[in-house]
Amino acid sequence: MYKTILYEVSGGVARMTMNRPDKYNAFTGQMIAEMTAALKKAGKDEEIRCIVLTGAGKAFNAGQDLGDVQGADAQGAEPNHGDVLRERYNPLIMQLRNTEKPIIAAVNGVAAGAGVSVALACDLRIVSEKAYFVNAFVNIGLVPDSGGCYFLPRLVGLGKALELAMTGDRVSAEEAYRIGLANRVCAAEQFADEAERLAVKLAALPTRAIGLIKRTMYKGLDMNLAQTLEHEAYAQEIAGNTEDHREGMQAFLEKRPPEFKGV
Amino acid sequence: MTSRYINLSSEGEVGILTLNRPHVLNALNRELMLELVTELERMEQDDAIKAIVLTGSEQAFAAGADIKEMADESAISMLLKRQFAVWDRIDGITKPIIAAVSGYVLGGGCELMMSCDLVVASDTARIGQPEIKLGVMPGAGGTQRLTKAIGLRKAMELLLTGDTMTAEEALRCGLINKVAPVEMYFREALKLAQRIADQPPLSVRLIKQAVRKAQDHPLAEGLDYERHCFHLLFASDDQKEGMNAFLEKRTPQFRGK
Repeated sequence: MYKTILYEVSGGVARMTMNRPDKYNAFTGQMIAEMTAALKKAGKDEEIRCIVLTGAGKAFNAGQDLGDVQGADAQGAEPNHGDVLRERYNPLIMQLRNTEKPIIAAVNGVAAGAGVSVALACDLRIVSEKAYFVNAFVNIGLVPDSGGCYFLPRLVGLGKALELAMTGDRVSAEEAYRIGLANRVCAAEQFADEAERLAVKLAALPTRAIGLIKRTMYKGLDMNLAQTLEHEAYAQEIAGNTEDHREGMQAFLEKRPPEFKGV
Repeated sequence: MTSRYINLSSEGEVGILTLNRPHVLNALNRELMLELVTELERMEQDDAIKAIVLTGSEQAFAAGADIKEMADESAISMLLKRQFAVWDRIDGITKPIIAAVSGYVLGGGCELMMSCDLVVASDTARIGQPEIKLGVMPGAGGTQRLTKAIGLRKAMELLLTGDTMTAEEALRCGLINKVAPVEMYFREALKLAQRIADQPPLSVRLIKQAVRKAQDHPLAEGLDYERHCFHLLFASDDQKEGMNAFLEKRTPQFRGK
């Protein structure tokens, strides 16, 4: 049903693979729409308790497919970058944020431009040693978009973020780990297995609590301490009413490993 | 008479009215509005009810008027039906009404929300007056109440574009009182209603009326009204009880007399 992505679900994990390997999985309008739709679907599917986003072939994602926006349209109007973002990318980034399940970017290879931004908008980044990040926007006279200006300084600090965005310098997997852009780095041979292991692990954890952690922490970026404390109280009240919380407590008392069901 | 489109319940001294036309996202048809106002008036008469919560579903407080019902109307048929006359009766309710809104709060839904005294919204709420997109405009108070609530510029923008606001935006411009997670907004509204239900009822009633005066009347008239109300409360047992309890450093027991 999707043409530009592969979407497969098993064992509580939805695996979404950007699948235009001959183009380094560069974004087209169709791919972004399909990713947004698939995420929305995964968000609603109670069976799914973790989402993994990765790329087919050598690259994670090379950013916008310049062939897909270049040139005048039939009416002779030049493409408007602002509108392309508002119509295509921004809804995808908001969907990543609003999907209350853990989303892992399994960065298998190069991530450039909006490919970096999308990886940053995921909750965790596991990175192959062969991968690297390039904030390529400045190299063609543009500005990091799709959340690049939001997530990068929050993840690596303002100084480093400005450096990476202003220079467009390549960031190796090792460097990405060192500055907090990547959560984990793996040898290329073990990368797929490690990413899978992390996904399976997250899919077995209390999904509602994880969703509330995600909601509350991201919300906290826009709130002061008093507001965040209030939202923690809300979240705890909601989490406190979940079956998984009861199971966690019970398992603790019975000294056995908990079996969470995600509800 | 039982209501077809309104579910009734209560929690302590708080009456709860739930709009229930889920298949059309609680679109407000004439029958629903008549039932709603009838139930509000019944609660107004019920001494056991001290505050009212009006709510819909998580998905929609109310997505608007019932367009199907209106599409083929003419100016004269609308005039003869006095479509919105029933809405005016909401203003006659002296007990505080707390709206608990979530999801779509659009058009008539937004107008109904604004007819309430306090609003607690879920963080999923989308609030607006999109009538302009249908070639009409608000007809149940939207241009008036929105402008009084959030000011001319912001109201003009929302009404002329038909854009919706998030709950956070609505909170910032003073249209609503509180935003809570979707799982919690109803509970928060109920908590607020319960706190108000615990207040001395005569004070609640006169404060509601005096605050409304502030919005719709010149200051001198409002001040005069406030003073009358203030004096009037000195004829109540609750005033004696409240002030004595304060002096005696104990919790007052109000009886609404």
